[in-house]
Amino acid sequence: MATSAPLPPVPGAHSSTDTVAAKLKRKLVSLIQPTVLLGPAGIWLFLLLVVPTLMILELSLIPGFRPGEPAGAYGLGNYTKIFELIDGQPIYLWVIARSVLFSVGSMLICLFLGFPVAYWIAIMAPKRWQNLLLVSFVLPLWTSSLLRSYAWITILRPTGVLNSLLGVFNLPPVDILNTQTAVMIGLAYNYLPYMVLILYSSLEKLDQRLLEAASDLGATPQQGFWKVTVPQTLPGIAAGCLLVFITNLGDFVVPELLGGASSMTMARLVYNQFLGATRNWGFGSGLSMVLILGVSIAIALLLKYGDQKAEDF
Amino acid sequence: MTSPHPLAKFRPSWQLILTLLMFVFMYLPVLVLAFFSFNASPFSAGWGGFSLKWYAKMFSDERMLSALQDSLLVAFLAVMISAVLGTLMAVGLARYKFPGKGLYQGMSYLPLIIPDIAIAVATLVFLASLAIPLSLWTVVAAHVVFCISYIALVISTRLTGLNQHLEEAALDLGATPQQAFIKVLLPQLMPAIISGCLLSFVLSMDDLLISSFTAGGGTTTLPMEIFSRVRTGVKPDINALSVVLILGSGILAFAAEYIRFKGDQQQLGK
Repeated sequence: MATSAPLPPVPGAHSSTDTVAAKLKRKLVSLIQPTVLLGPAGIWLFLLLVVPTLMILELSLIPGFRPGEPAGAYGLGNYTKIFELIDGQPIYLWVIARSVLFSVGSMLICLFLGFPVAYWIAIMAPKRWQNLLLVSFVLPLWTSSLLRSYAWITILRPTGVLNSLLGVFNLPPVDILNTQTAVMIGLAYNYLPYMVLILYSSLEKLDQRLLEAASDLGATPQQGFWKVTVPQTLPGIAAGCLLVFITNLGDFVVPELLGGASSMTMARLVYNQFLGATRNWGFGSGLSMVLILGVSIAIALLLKYGDQKAEDF
Repeated sequence: MTSPHPLAKFRPSWQLILTLLMFVFMYLPVLVLAFFSFNASPFSAGWGGFSLKWYAKMFSDERMLSALQDSLLVAFLAVMISAVLGTLMAVGLARYKFPGKGLYQGMSYLPLIIPDIAIAVATLVFLASLAIPLSLWTVVAAHVVFCISYIALVISTRLTGLNQHLEEAALDLGATPQQAFIKVLLPQLMPAIISGCLLSFVLSMDDLLISSFTAGGGTTTLPMEIFSRVRTGVKPDINALSVVLILGSGILAFAAEYIRFKGDQQQLGK
């Protein structure tokens, strides 16, 4: 059976009458396709993400590098500067600790507020409303994060909505704007939808027959929740927590707009090193690497913990 | 008393109450902005009567409009480029096994993982070291990086559930690989491509950090303009702008979710 039209290379359709030239051509064609598909995006990401990241890794090893000045010798000065004492205070360590505390705090708030919401939507709400409820809950996520933080300024500032409301009830006004409390509120607000999304997808998969079985065997609803629901959704809880932690750690807008001078975080410090008056690109790069390292540790935990939990079930 | 009203039996669970409270929490800031955007008083503390003057002021604000123009141009160009590159990449990753695939895949997720501030700083250092002048084009190039990732991610999730036999059938019936790609695979992927594009469009319009670090003096995107104004306090015309932007991105968000939802249903129906 002769094949007159040149057939495209379909796996398993090789005829024995292949000539060497046809084989070569086939080989070449099989190389062209992946290159066309994967090449352009790969080159773009490599040039504009991988190479730049390696460049700040290099800059972070040149102590006190400033643009326009000759680069000094390599050293760990940018990293040891993190431990520097200014007026007897480890200022930069405080910045890192504060970033971590903000992230952990907002992560816990998101978990405790988000779990009941996800639980209600996934398990207690009518099935046909679930998608709509979830989409409407997550909708504010699509609006500008800058404007969402700006809205909180309007609410929290001394003459803002919150104090007007408190005034109506004859309660004393509170001064929350430019405090760490404001940052926590802003962060939790911004990342609650992510937490609900992830917890929902985990709770939706929950095998409810297990809960019925537990209840048939005499378990109270509380016991059922703690011994069945929570263990089964643990991978989702871990994933949600780590995702919120990671995104919070690098957040710039919320602490910048709501935190004032009391809430210097890593992202703000890096920003100042590059666009502020200091222009210490070396130190800024070092801090960026610390930030990337922190996020990488969280990701590694996520992969390890998530996989291990996935195998349990 | 013996025949209770049907609603009397309805006892809301505490989860429902908390969910409702959380819905209020999520929408409260947006509603506050909307409320004050119609407030005639320039001080957001009290109500000074209904007025559309902040909307009028916003639409005659030259700087704001030129920032909006820059933002739209950047987002449009970045999404166009990323749509092509991201789709090709997602299809390539689903189709081929090759040495170093894990690394390639890891690289494609990097923009989703690395904090914006680090990407912004790294891109600035890269551009500065090559002495590339900052302009609108450098912003576009930097936005393409994260747009590719989001588009490829959305398309990948759809590719895993796709019927591959259709494309094989097209090839068996004599279609060239290009024809099979354009006539069979692309239409199947279209909902995911559109949804990914809308998502990255919104993200590009929203980006402050990467734009701030890669824009030259002549380019100011909308978030950069808003940021520089909001930093110095509450501005009533920003309220009006917020409402317009939130409505815009809300509509895009719903469109994206709807298209993806319809696409999934179609897929399940097959």
